[in-house]
Amino acid sequence: MSKLGDLGARLYRGEVGYDFVGKRKIWYGISILITITAIVGLAVRGLNMGIEFEGGAVFNTPKTSVSVAKAEEVAEETSGHDALVQKLGNDTLRIQIAGVDTAKSDQIKAELAKELDMKADDINADLVGPSWGEQIANKAWQGLAIFMVLVVIYLAIAFEWRMALAALIALIHDITITVGVYALVGFEVTPGTVIGLLTILGYSLYDTVVVFDSLKEQSKDLAKQTRFTYSEVANRSINSTLVRSINTTVVALLPVAGLLFIGGGFLGAGMLNDISLSLFVGLAAGAYSSIFIATPLVADLKETEPQMKALKKRVLAKRRAAAAKGESAETPVSADANPDDGAAEPDEDSADAAPAVVGPRSGPRSQPARNRGRGRPSGKRR
Amino acid sequence: MAAPKKGRRQAAQGKPGRTLVLIMIALVALTGGMFLSGHTTPRLGIDLAGGTSITLEAKNEPGQKNAINQTNLNTAVGIINNRVNGLGVSEAEVQTQGDRNIIVNIPKGTNAKQAREQVGTTAQLYFRPVLAQQPSTGQAEEPKPKPSSSDKDGKGDKDGKGDKGDQSKESEKPQDKATSPTGTPTTQGRSVTDGLKDEPTPSGTPTGDAKDKGDQGDKGKDDGKKAPTPPADPTAKLQEQFTKLDCTDEKARLKVKEGVKPTDPVVACGKSSDGKGWDKFILGPSEVNGKEVDDAKAVYDTQGAAGWKVTMKFTGKGTKQFGDITGKLASQQPPQNEFGIVMDGEVVSAPYVKQALTSGEAEISGSFTQDEAKDLANILSYGALPLTFKEQSVTTVSAALGGEQLRAGLIAGAIGLALVIVYMVAYYRGLAFIAIASLGVSAALTYTIMTLLGPTIKFALNLPAVCGAIVAIGITADSFIVYFERIRDEIREGRTLRPAVERAWPRARRTILVSDFVSFLAAAVLFVVTVGKVQGFAFTLGLTTLLDVVVVFFFTKPLMTIMARKKFFAGGGKWSGLDPKRLGAKPPLRRSRAAATAAPVDPTPKEA
Repeated sequence: MSKLGDLGARLYRGEVGYDFVGKRKIWYGISILITITAIVGLAVRGLNMGIEFEGGAVFNTPKTSVSVAKAEEVAEETSGHDALVQKLGNDTLRIQIAGVDTAKSDQIKAELAKELDMKADDINADLVGPSWGEQIANKAWQGLAIFMVLVVIYLAIAFEWRMALAALIALIHDITITVGVYALVGFEVTPGTVIGLLTILGYSLYDTVVVFDSLKEQSKDLAKQTRFTYSEVANRSINSTLVRSINTTVVALLPVAGLLFIGGGFLGAGMLNDISLSLFVGLAAGAYSSIFIATPLVADLKETEPQMKALKKRVLAKRRAAAAKGESAETPVSADANPDDGAAEPDEDSADAAPAVVGPRSGPRSQPARNRGRGRPSGKRR
Repeated sequence: MAAPKKGRRQAAQGKPGRTLVLIMIALVALTGGMFLSGHTTPRLGIDLAGGTSITLEAKNEPGQKNAINQTNLNTAVGIINNRVNGLGVSEAEVQTQGDRNIIVNIPKGTNAKQAREQVGTTAQLYFRPVLAQQPSTGQAEEPKPKPSSSDKDGKGDKDGKGDKGDQSKESEKPQDKATSPTGTPTTQGRSVTDGLKDEPTPSGTPTGDAKDKGDQGDKGKDDGKKAPTPPADPTAKLQEQFTKLDCTDEKARLKVKEGVKPTDPVVACGKSSDGKGWDKFILGPSEVNGKEVDDAKAVYDTQGAAGWKVTMKFTGKGTKQFGDITGKLASQQPPQNEFGIVMDGEVVSAPYVKQALTSGEAEISGSFTQDEAKDLANILSYGALPLTFKEQSVTTVSAALGGEQLRAGLIAGAIGLALVIVYMVAYYRGLAFIAIASLGVSAALTYTIMTLLGPTIKFALNLPAVCGAIVAIGITADSFIVYFERIRDEIREGRTLRPAVERAWPRARRTILVSDFVSFLAAAVLFVVTVGKVQGFAFTLGLTTLLDVVVVFFFTKPLMTIMARKKFFAGGGKWSGLDPKRLGAKPPLRRSRAAATAAPVDPTPKEA
């Protein structure tokens, strides 16, 4: 673990780092592949909607000693759908099965009667309507739409429109992947799934915003310097929050993994599995997209700005000049290189020669233009 | 707890000890409240704990041949759902079964009787002028004060002078023929289907415009030229009915409600205003339909002695109608200056009118208990059912998921939490103590608040919500992680711990607030817009987000400040998680730094 602490320090100082932004084409490619797979899965297999959404059949058995678990097993075998079995007050069973029409319900009734050892005529079959009416679904969509609009407005104000757009793309990416996995695995979509998806939506944005917050902070006085391009600064901000991202992802995923693998493993399929699968996939996707998708996207969008283009030109020109002078013979790629050019001005860090990985302006003292105009003891930028 | 020493940076540090004491007091108070209320576990939803299942069957009413259809059933499902699921947190489920039944499942711990009343009540509400009134079965009646109707600002008269103590005139024939009715009676006030076809989903927002479904029912009332006069011919028949009617007999009370049309004068029963006996009434045709009630609330009358009452706001049309009728009634003699508020054929209250009430607000006062008033207000807010239902069966249902799912979920969650703690300790060492204590406080707060919300707003926890709470662990822990990482960065700068803790806070705070705001925005929007379970989810999300902020601000930060003074942490011991050497801090006077080894490190924690 001390290794990690040490790594944190070196990430912080920009001595080590990973070129997230530079390799963005790879990440985009991976994401596009997964997304396409998800969409194909959706199109081909479709979502398996639970009884709450599309109704189904309900069977009321006569008084019986059959256990709920047994009845559930039988019902699921005969119908191929998830069954919802409840024992009623008078020891009869109520068995609800999604997506069953009248013709099929007779067949299931016969099978149930055979398996549960009762007369088919005694089982009373009826069709139930969805308890999640269109109303709930429509309102949920409406709520989502309103939320998206508001959150884009908020992020555009708190950060800038490019970040809002990138966050939204990352969000859609996470939700698409989760829904696609659902279609591929073939789990039934229950209200629990929907709630899982909404949880992901919250988490995905939350995580993206934490990373963007650091990005915004690091790129504040970007135009005033000629050492780093926006992409490089973006990359540094990812690296400096990397430890936090890893820790948070681990902490969020561990309990959910516990639910999925331990809880689900003990019990086989069940509601718990449905929810924890959607949560697991969604949280993982959310953590991935904040770093690998959202931030590179912002960098891409920013680099199209004339101002940033000019900056990039200046930075490159300066580097070329420096290289020509032979002041630093670094290749601008080697991420781990760490020459000690203590001769530079005191607030210059060794890593400035390794442009892909940007060292922070360091030192508690001699911080030009950073704490200026801020009346609070703000910490050192990461 | 160490008394806070006066640090140099007082402004930034505040009084951590005091804050900690405050949050502890809050926690103890909540826990105490929880035990006092007698609910020590959160209410669980049907999926986890089972509950009661009510099957309702739509009844054919005379004069509405094809009323029982899918459209009307679905409308009824929507309205019943709103009634039992007011805030969306109570986890009740409503669905149609077959072509004439509705199943309502209500989680354990709900007052089933109350729920049944909420569910089965059709809530047809009419305001009808009173033509005659007398106590039923001639009990020796005490003179009793009449409730009066007033504008909500209390301008109305409430002194209860409208005494009709011994109103036992058997033949109170209404002779008021000032004008004759010009209304065109519609066939049925309930042929809602036509009107509903263009608007099949009643809105479920608490302000409920579910009642503005066009104005079927009492058309031809808009001219406001009608006097509260019964048509001449049914009078004799009514009179006979009225004389025979015995309101103390329940069967008679049920019978008198049957086949009533809002456009005809009727006889009806109603609790007398002392709440003990029964009065019987002859009522004129309905003047204002309950559909014109826009919103209703239960309020406690602090000025008068009326106790709990229900205040109503009318729609624009209703306001006009109500103004007209009260204006007319005000000039009449008792009891014809009264109007009966008739709910499902029973007179809920019959206030008298002293002046036209044009503010669009009215109130119903009777001898309500708090619950009665709240139920009535709730039912009025969401409007009348398009069908009349009969309770077919009421039975308990077992948990839909079985207890093993919850148990497994909790065990798995606990194992996951244990792993989180192990990871934290491995990575953050001493700091993990602060994180774990904060998580503990957060968990305790969440648990007590959810438990207390059970009896207060019928909040019930279902399996998805339990999983959501487990995810919330991550979001809560993230706040500490953001803060700790900031502190470590400050230490890497070469600061000692105390300034590091104070300097790290503002940046960490901003990050935490911005990201939590996004979560909270999601919760707020979804809560306002959606209905049913999604709304319940939004509530849970909002609650955990708020608690996250509260815990970080009022527990983690002060605790960190205090701990920073402790030798263990400030000394930067090996196990404090804040060892400057370990964190690779720069020596305070940095001239040259040892070149860090260039070995690339795999950025995945080994113990994870």
